[in-house]
Amino acid sequence: MSAVVAPRILDVSTTPRVPFGRLLSVELRKLADTRAGRWLLISIVALTLLVLGIQMAVVLGNDLTPTYVDFLQGANTPMGILLPVLGVLSITSEWSQRTAMVTFTLEPSRMRVVLAKLVSLLLVAVVAWAVGMALGALSNALYGAFSGDPVVWGDVGTLLYTYFLLFVLSLASGFALGALFLNSPAGIVVYFVYSFVLPIPFAIGAALMSWFNSLRPWVDFNFAQAPLGDGTVHGSDWAHLLTSGLIWLGLPLAIGIWRIRRTEVK
Amino acid sequence: MIEVRGLTRAYGSFIAVDDISFVCEPGTVTGFLGPNGAGKTTTMRVMVGLTPATRGEVTIGGLHYAQIPNPGRHVGVLLDASAQHAGRTGREVLEIGARTMGLPSTRVDEMLELVALDAKESKRRVRNYSLGMRQRLGIAHALLGDPSVLILDEPANGLDPAGIRWMRGLLKGYADRGGTVLLSSHLLHEVEQIADEMILIGRGRIVASGTRDELLRHASGGQTTALVTSLDNRRLGEALTERGFAVHEAGGGLRVTADPVDVGRVAAELQVVLTDLRAGTEGGLEELFLELTSDTAREDLSQIAAPGVAG
Repeated sequence: MSAVVAPRILDVSTTPRVPFGRLLSVELRKLADTRAGRWLLISIVALTLLVLGIQMAVVLGNDLTPTYVDFLQGANTPMGILLPVLGVLSITSEWSQRTAMVTFTLEPSRMRVVLAKLVSLLLVAVVAWAVGMALGALSNALYGAFSGDPVVWGDVGTLLYTYFLLFVLSLASGFALGALFLNSPAGIVVYFVYSFVLPIPFAIGAALMSWFNSLRPWVDFNFAQAPLGDGTVHGSDWAHLLTSGLIWLGLPLAIGIWRIRRTEVK
Repeated sequence: MIEVRGLTRAYGSFIAVDDISFVCEPGTVTGFLGPNGAGKTTTMRVMVGLTPATRGEVTIGGLHYAQIPNPGRHVGVLLDASAQHAGRTGREVLEIGARTMGLPSTRVDEMLELVALDAKESKRRVRNYSLGMRQRLGIAHALLGDPSVLILDEPANGLDPAGIRWMRGLLKGYADRGGTVLLSSHLLHEVEQIADEMILIGRGRIVASGTRDELLRHASGGQTTALVTSLDNRRLGEALTERGFAVHEAGGGLRVTADPVDVGRVAAELQVVLTDLRAGTEGGLEELFLELTSDTAREDLSQIAAPGVAG
């Protein structure tokens, strides 16, 4: 409360608008500054270690011959489940905890806030990707040391970028559904239905109807992402990813952002 | 300075705010008074761009809120003290605000000290805060950016009497240094002593506005009233009635449509001992508030208004 001045006209010449970098750093901070957020991040890492540990025990016990991509898929299982939750919560917590009122009074441009949130999730994806790739590599190397079998790395160059895409897509999907519903439980439940329940009727439909079988990769985003996890993505896989991604990621994101811009914040 | 011009906000056929206009001047505290659901919060939400106006506009220092760069440095806003993440500590709430505005962490310490939240309390999660502590935190948050305009919705809600007194002093000092303050309340007595200017709103419309004295003059229809208590109210009342003053019983005393000096003179003639004699202001303002908003309030307050304000 040092100097309050009394202008009838606000002198805004010396206050530039909030730089994007600052919005970004605040959004990153908000991902981890609550107990819920912090424990979500800790559980992602802990579960990834746990899954890789179990996987190691199983492959060693059963004399299997895994390669790098198998460990990457192992690491991607918990991350693929929990990272989208982080994506959902990054936007829905502003509504369920009603902090959007404060956030949007400090930065009235809601698009800039949304963009800062998306970029913060992209940075999380980069970290998750680096951690996942490193833990997978460590597991693969340890497997070689424990088993004495030759260590198979496969096409590491391809895996590096396909896994990066996987992490980005899973965080973005979470955010899109969060933005669409602006409600934490709804966003999370629909995400799980979409990624774990929906594949069942899709698979049944594909098995029973040949026309649906050929349609499926175009409309089933999970199915279309499978080649990314295998590191075998090529040609028409990209077209499948693009079309199914537009339906399951692009559309909810577009509607969600429209909602965020238009909704009255209460 | 806050300028509201012809502001209307409709939700379908329901008109929450109906063509209201007013100005909050720098160096003054403006009290925004009305019963629950009168449109105070909606008006304030439109001011800061959280709710779009159906018609009309609000400018702060000549700018629309969205045009103000880094608005936290110019306009301090507290709309709902409970609208904070329950899992964040009080300190963290301020830290996030300070970082967004580009302020150092020392500013957070200053604000915590100003609103008397100690180190231990500031490290507790907002979930465990009482409403009064949340209000203090909210006021600290509004003041973080050293703004020249303050918009506070029901800031006294949940504060204890000492807290209300503290807030009164804080806002008074703030306005004396040239700040513009708009605060809302549904309780007259919270605002009465601090507001230079009062705006009474009921069912989306401004029903009266002005300084306390202007409103009081309006309240008594241009006539002054006196509240008097004596050792012999009956005799005094009869004498006053004989001289043509309207006399009503009011609690333990009388409400007389007369200047206090006239009442004193009559009492002196009769040699009746007065125990209390004053201008009938307080009840008058409260009565006006209830009367002006009664047809717009949720219940019909006119029934209970008369005995309620008599004392």
